[in-house]
Amino acid sequence: MIYLNLFLTFLKIGAFTFGGGYAMLPLMKQEVLLNAWMSEEQLLNFIAVAESTPGPVAINMATYIGVETGGLFGAFVATLGVVLPSFVVIMLVAKFYEKYKNSFIVKNCLTGLRPAVIGLMASAVITLGFGVLFPSGLSSIAFNFGTFASIVVFAIIVYLAFKKVSPIKLILLSALLGIAFGYAEKLIF
Amino acid sequence: MEILKKCLALFKTFFKIGAFTIGGGYAMLPLIQHEVAEKRKWIEESDMLDIVAIAESTPGPIAINTATFVGTKTCGFWGAFSATLGTVLPSFIIISTLSYVLEVLLDYEIVKFAFNGIRAGVIALIVKALWGMAKKCPWNILAYIIASIAFVLATFTGINVLYLILGGALVGLFAGIISKREVNK
Repeated sequence: MIYLNLFLTFLKIGAFTFGGGYAMLPLMKQEVLLNAWMSEEQLLNFIAVAESTPGPVAINMATYIGVETGGLFGAFVATLGVVLPSFVVIMLVAKFYEKYKNSFIVKNCLTGLRPAVIGLMASAVITLGFGVLFPSGLSSIAFNFGTFASIVVFAIIVYLAFKKVSPIKLILLSALLGIAFGYAEKLIF
Repeated sequence: MEILKKCLALFKTFFKIGAFTIGGGYAMLPLIQHEVAEKRKWIEESDMLDIVAIAESTPGPIAINTATFVGTKTCGFWGAFSATLGTVLPSFIIISTLSYVLEVLLDYEIVKFAFNGIRAGVIALIVKALWGMAKKCPWNILAYIIASIAFVLATFTGINVLYLILGGALVGLFAGIISKREVNK
C-alpha cells in the first residue's frame, strides 16, 4: 500500500528531524533508497530543485517524492505526514512553553542529539559526494573528464558559498558550469 | 466571525511567506518577523527569538514549526491550521506541477549537463550548511565522541540512522543525569 507507506515514512522523517532543512537529509536518503523511490542521483537533483523553488525544503521534498511515487494523492499523504508531528508537538509546546523551555530532559536530549545529527550529515555528504565525484565506484577510480569537472564545480561553489553568495545563485552557476563542461567534453573527445 | 477573519488573515500571510521565500525555513524567518511581528503585531518582537529556539528544538521543518506556533498563539487550533496550510500550499502546488515538467526536461542533453553541474554544487551547499550547524553546536569531548560514532556507524554499517539519532539523545540525557548527580554530591 503505497499511500500508507508514504504517509508513515514521512511521518517518521517529520518526527525525527531536528534543526530543519538539511538535517533531515540522512533520514530522507536512507528511506528513499530503502524504498527504491529514487536513486542518489535523482535525490541530489531534486534537493537543488527544492532549494531553488519557493517554500520549505522539507515540504518540497515530501511533495515531490509523493507525487513521483503516488501521484497527487501520494503528494498529499507525504506532505501531511511530514507536517503532522510538527503540528501536534508545537500545539502542545505553545501551551506549556515555560515548562518546555526549562525542561531538563529536553535540554540534555538535545545536547546529545545535535552532534549525532552532525555526524550523520557528514556521513551523508561523504557518501553522496563520493557518488557524484566517482560515479563508477571505488573499483575504477580512473581519472576522467566528468570527475575533473565535478571537482572543479564543487571547489568553486564551496568557495563562493563561504563567501555568502545566495544558494539560488550558486545553483544557477553550477548549472551553467555543468553545461559548459558537458559541451567542452563533447568538443574535445 | 472574529475568529474566521483572523484565521483568514493568518492563512493569507503565511501563504505569502510560503510563496515568496526561496531556500527553506531559515530564509523565511526575516519575512515572518516582518509580517507577523512588525506589521500584524500577532506576536511581540521579542517572541521571535523564542520561536526560533523552539522551532530548532522540536522535530519537523522550521517553517512549519514557526507557522504552527504563531497560529496557535494568535487563534488556537484553527489559527495553527490556517497558518500551516498557508505555508504548505504554495510548495504543494508549485512542486506537483513542476514534477511533470522536470521529467520532460531531463530528456534534453543540455538539462542533463546542467544537472551534472548542479549535483556537484548541491554537495558544496550541503557542506556549507553542515559547517554552519557544526559551528552552532557547543562542542565538548562527549559531543565529539557522539558525532564520530554516529559518523562511523552511518558510513560503514547499514544501521538505521533513526537509532543513531535516538542513541545520541539518550547519551545526552544520561550524561546530563550523571553530571547533575556529581554537582549534588
